[in-house]
Amino acid sequence: MTLPEADPQAARGDPPRPLAIRGLCKSYTRGKPVLTEIDLDIESRGFTVIIGPSGTGKSTLIRCINRLVEPTSGQVLFEGRDVVRMGRTELRHTRRRIGMVFQEYNLVERLSVIENLLCGRLGYVSPWRAWLRRFPQSDVEHAFTLLEAVGLGDLAYQRADSLSGGQRQRVGIARAVMQSPRLLLADEPTSSLDPKTSVEIMELMVNMAGELEIPVIVNIHDVALGRRFADRVIGMSEGRIVYDGPPGDLTDAHLNSIYGGGGWL
Amino acid sequence: MSSTASVQRRFQRFTPRQRFVRWVVLMLSVAAITVSIRHVEVIPEFLYDAPEQLVDLLNRLWPPDLEYYPIAVHEALLETLHIATLGTVLALFLAVPVGLLAARNVTRSTTLNWLAKLILVSSRSVNSLVWALLFVAVFGPGAMAGTLAIAFRSIGFVGKLFAEAVEETQVGPIEALRATGAPRFSVLVKGYWPQVKPAFWSIALFRWDINVRESAVLGLVGAGGIGVALDASLNLFYWDRVATVLLSIFAVVILAELAVTQIRQRII
Repeated sequence: MTLPEADPQAARGDPPRPLAIRGLCKSYTRGKPVLTEIDLDIESRGFTVIIGPSGTGKSTLIRCINRLVEPTSGQVLFEGRDVVRMGRTELRHTRRRIGMVFQEYNLVERLSVIENLLCGRLGYVSPWRAWLRRFPQSDVEHAFTLLEAVGLGDLAYQRADSLSGGQRQRVGIARAVMQSPRLLLADEPTSSLDPKTSVEIMELMVNMAGELEIPVIVNIHDVALGRRFADRVIGMSEGRIVYDGPPGDLTDAHLNSIYGGGGWL
Repeated sequence: MSSTASVQRRFQRFTPRQRFVRWVVLMLSVAAITVSIRHVEVIPEFLYDAPEQLVDLLNRLWPPDLEYYPIAVHEALLETLHIATLGTVLALFLAVPVGLLAARNVTRSTTLNWLAKLILVSSRSVNSLVWALLFVAVFGPGAMAGTLAIAFRSIGFVGKLFAEAVEETQVGPIEALRATGAPRFSVLVKGYWPQVKPAFWSIALFRWDINVRESAVLGLVGAGGIGVALDASLNLFYWDRVATVLLSIFAVVILAELAVTQIRQRII
């Protein structure tokens, strides 16, 4: 092996690590990097929370993982395969295994709740069947079960735009879980929600990830909320990782180095 | 000091330069209108007896020859509706792919965007009657030429408005569906289509409404429909029959308008 460092686990024959990021850089305009040389390993379980000031590249980092944003250079190894170099079909097949939850929920507003859940299966179902709404019976049953599980069992045929923010985010999470993902990403999933609903949404993600036995990466700007649920905290500042460790070890000094200044604490 | 202050405080809406430009534009407009009037050669005698001619025409139109309706108007009227409807349906099928090519968020190739826009502009820049003349030359006179004329004129209209509706869709849901690994066509069907559906049907109905009116005159160039009956009556100076045809067109247009308003309220 010429790259023994890339994934030592794979070399030993163990199942490859869900996610390994190597030297990831991203700049939207030349010479102004948003992400600089990010290295990050995600183990097969655990709730990783990324904190950091606005505009520091948290969202870009999350989006580089499933290439909603094209990385400029570096590697994103998902289960040992480099996402950055994948062709269209392989990228599509990889995206099916990576669930994503969004800040603005990103539901298809004019579709019913149940159909939004079934949209999570679009990567597996042929476009033709999706068009005719002929989803496999197993998918339909899974969708209804999941809708019960997120507590929206009686809203299946409501249009998504009639739901409240918290309800919409539940649908967003259920849609991601429908994918049978091996990794769950969440980009500011609670920023548009009130504090109580935010906690419920975080709990739901923890539970879902526990059932699926998959890791979660969440970026969040609410430090207290992040700390409360995190197994691991990544602190970012100006496009670099400046803290990586358990939430308990995160001190005010760390927070100062992440957010800068001290008066706000 | 005080004099400069008062100069600074004098209010003028336009600078001297702007005033000069405005004066030039005014003069050019007057010149253009004068030239146009001279070119049109308005004959004063004809202008003076226009009211008399109008009364005379109305006398010839009234009473309309209603006997003529079952003989030639009814069939032609149905043909007109068929031309309008089939033409609109055909246009919808052709306009959707062109519209998708023209929408910059769906088709990320500037060349294809421009090509699609060229098709849409060409379709719109040619009047229905001219399209009809072309198709009569190719397919011979009749409803076929009329239907194609309506369809080809409508592609530009429907395609342009459809492309605009597609470009106004929210990116969030589209991004979410791409993130699930959905193939392109599934993203179109489940991400874009639900968002543009109301706009699409609204455009389709609007165009059908216009096409009912446009297809009524296509017969003047031999492209079928009620225009043929109108043309024949006009050429033979059967003014009472002309009145019947005009009343029928009027009735159909009103009915189409009512139908469209009703349906639009239901779907939106």
